[in-house]
Amino acid sequence: MGAGFLLSLLGFLVCAGAFVSYPTFFVRIPMTRDLPWASWLLFALGLGLVVVGIRRSFTPSGSRSVKIASTAFAGLSVAVLGFFLFMTEVSSRWLPVSANAPKVGAEAPDFTLPDARGGIFRLADRLGAGRWVLLIFYRGHW
Amino acid sequence: MRSFQERLAEFVERGIEIAAISVDPADVSREHAEKLGFTFAFLSDAGAEVIRRYDLFHPDAVDEGDIARPAEFLIDPNGTVRWVDLTDDYWVRTRPETVLEAFDSPS
Repeated sequence: MGAGFLLSLLGFLVCAGAFVSYPTFFVRIPMTRDLPWASWLLFALGLGLVVVGIRRSFTPSGSRSVKIASTAFAGLSVAVLGFFLFMTEVSSRWLPVSANAPKVGAEAPDFTLPDARGGIFRLADRLGAGRWVLLIFYRGHW
Repeated sequence: MRSFQERLAEFVERGIEIAAISVDPADVSREHAEKLGFTFAFLSDAGAEVIRRYDLFHPDAVDEGDIARPAEFLIDPNGTVRWVDLTDDYWVRTRPETVLEAFDSPS
């Protein structure tokens, strides 16, 4: 195994790490979540290693299996980047229009729901006399 | 959500109660809220009735099924919506400072 093989393997692993670290780590920090620049940098590093690995593999004296392996790692790395871009730039924007969501100045529809501690939460009961409510709707399925 | 918990005291001192709503059952939310140290309310809208009333229902979301799209509403003591955020990308979420600014300097 030559440097070309190892470099393209390492590049692929960096790309895989860039993919996995976004939902598990970078998403917790608003600065690296809203614009995933840290993940993009990791992908750039990984793809850079893959490119160097391929160049090292494709020498006249290089073995065929190493050429195949480094090409496979390059393909996988690009596929991982594609999945990442799809996940962070495409599918995350597939959201309903919500044209009838309450607008500023409108009355917030009252409701009663069970809370996680076994209590009952009625919106109207939580408002009034200087008491405001911030509703955070979230996707769930934690 | 984590960032709201970190700055919860600033909401409390302004008289703002935070309530998070999803389709998750109450026991699932309790488990996660306890594990992550969240102390504000987690409301369970398992039938998505309130989510539909607020027009936030997201049917057949990729990998998730029927859920709510992310959204935040700041409601004043009279029950009037004073500030809204309907994000167009669910990775991009409201930050607590944005809500606090909206409260402190209403437009």
